[in-house]
Amino acid sequence: MSQATATVSVTAKRTPAETRALIIRGTSYVLLAVTALWILYKAFTQPADFFTVGFLGLKFGALYALVALGYTMVYGIIELINFSHGDLFMLATVVSGLIMVSWLARTDPTVTGFLVMIGALLVAMVLAGSVNTLAERVAYRRLRRAPKLAPLITAVGLSFIYQSVGIQMNGSGQRNWSTLLGDRSFSLGPVKVQWSVIVVLTVTIPLLLAMTYLINRTRQGKAMRATAQDQDAARLMGVDVDRTIAFTFALGGALAGAAGMLWLQSIGTTRYDLGFQLGLIAFTSAVLGGIGNLNGAVLGGFLIGIIQALNEAFLLGNAWSQTVVFTILIMVMVFKPEGLLGKPTTEKV
Amino acid sequence: MSAQSSTSQTGEARGTGEILLKIDDLQVYYGAIAAVKGISLEVRQGEIVTLIGSNGAGKSTTLRTISGLIKPRQGSVTFAGKNVTTMSGHGIVEAGICHSPEGRRIFPRMTVDENLDMGAFLRNDKDGIAEDREHVLELFPRLRERIAQKAGTLSGGEQQMLAVARAMMGRPKLLLLDEPSMGLAPVLVDLIFDTIQTIRDQGTTILLVEQNALAALGIADYAYVLESGALKLQGSARRLAEDDEVTRAYLGG
Repeated sequence: MSQATATVSVTAKRTPAETRALIIRGTSYVLLAVTALWILYKAFTQPADFFTVGFLGLKFGALYALVALGYTMVYGIIELINFSHGDLFMLATVVSGLIMVSWLARTDPTVTGFLVMIGALLVAMVLAGSVNTLAERVAYRRLRRAPKLAPLITAVGLSFIYQSVGIQMNGSGQRNWSTLLGDRSFSLGPVKVQWSVIVVLTVTIPLLLAMTYLINRTRQGKAMRATAQDQDAARLMGVDVDRTIAFTFALGGALAGAAGMLWLQSIGTTRYDLGFQLGLIAFTSAVLGGIGNLNGAVLGGFLIGIIQALNEAFLLGNAWSQTVVFTILIMVMVFKPEGLLGKPTTEKV
Repeated sequence: MSAQSSTSQTGEARGTGEILLKIDDLQVYYGAIAAVKGISLEVRQGEIVTLIGSNGAGKSTTLRTISGLIKPRQGSVTFAGKNVTTMSGHGIVEAGICHSPEGRRIFPRMTVDENLDMGAFLRNDKDGIAEDREHVLELFPRLRERIAQKAGTLSGGEQQMLAVARAMMGRPKLLLLDEPSMGLAPVLVDLIFDTIQTIRDQGTTILLVEQNALAALGIADYAYVLESGALKLQGSARRLAEDDEVTRAYLGG
């Protein structure tokens, strides 16, 4: 009914509510434009700083994207916000530290150092993937037909368990680990680029490409997309839904594992509650891009990484970092609840 | 067996085709509520068998149980001589049962082509798949026009065609159709029912669930009438269409 009146009134006169919406929308666009102009201004007046910061943003963005993918995939397939996902990432940081530093003592950028790093990457991926799959098998699968709150609380519980394990392995405080590259950097003209940025991107980009291929071109990917859209229908096509969901958890976990190793090697510090903060930011990335949408998660991750870096360098500074990120989240929720790339499909009855 | 004996038989002798699907004393519960209370039925090779009855009679539940989406509390489903009652859903598809479910359930964010492709998910014979794709597009030319369109944007009738076409892409021995005429314009209903007959004539056995009893009896060989989860009547479709009780209860006569 209100729909009908709204359509009619467009041709006649705007209702007060519409005028209000228009003002709010207009203001937010103006705000966005001003911010964009300010950043552009900086790009022209301080190009060296701008690009240095930009590379830093890319590094964080890549890590957010990897973790965000795990959130968005699991949400896409069983509509669960896996609150323990960030903590899985944290465990991967600790495990990589243990492997690289405590057990194998590789802290120099030598060839064996990098080979060990690749080994640690694989171990972290397999481990995080297995733990996530195990959680699905023993906990979430049994709760699939339960009210939505049950798996959610289970995820929160798992988050605490992972954090406790983190305390056992990493201690209750911040712990610094030596890394292969430290903050060694090279110069690209006037722009300073950390080597760790290059490492993060050389691992992340192939992983993202492989993911895209897997989802869009393989049988397993087809099964995942079908299951995400309609579980029963997928079953009727002959998709093994249980296996597909388990695979999704494995994949999401593996990406979080990769992000964990990369974090440790590029930041060099971790704490048992790292997963909570980073998890929230990664989750925000997923929502920003449109939860359930894989490209959206990657886009959201990189956007937030870059915005964060630019903010810290040019706008409000370090202390406001979280505020900026969550303001973005709130704005997205208000103005485009489906996210940047999420499209509400019209499903006809 | 109890259900069988309490059912009044209106039929003359059944066709002599081989029994493809046999359901024996099937009981299905949703929690504590019995949706199907001991149904037994048969589908023979080459037949169109229809399951009619009012809303909530247990028709869709029966089909969902055959496909393995729900597990029965008691009773068995035998397909082509094999007990498929405890088989997984994909095992049942592999055995040759494809199901076009109630409410169409197409994949809305995939294109028409991708939906058809999903129908052939378990198959590996590329040539056969291409052949069947061509075949269903001939049956439903409208789908060819929409081939690259996201299935969620199709009209209701087109989605229904897609649901049937998708099920056929599995090259089933037995095709389960759940309410293929629901919500369609009369001209489309005729088209769908004509096509169902064509599909049967090309060699696929069909178990059809319908609320549109008149149309279903018009194309079926044999019919079962369900009422609150139990078999009420069975017989050749022609005889049931003339049966007073059926006419009064389901055909609005």
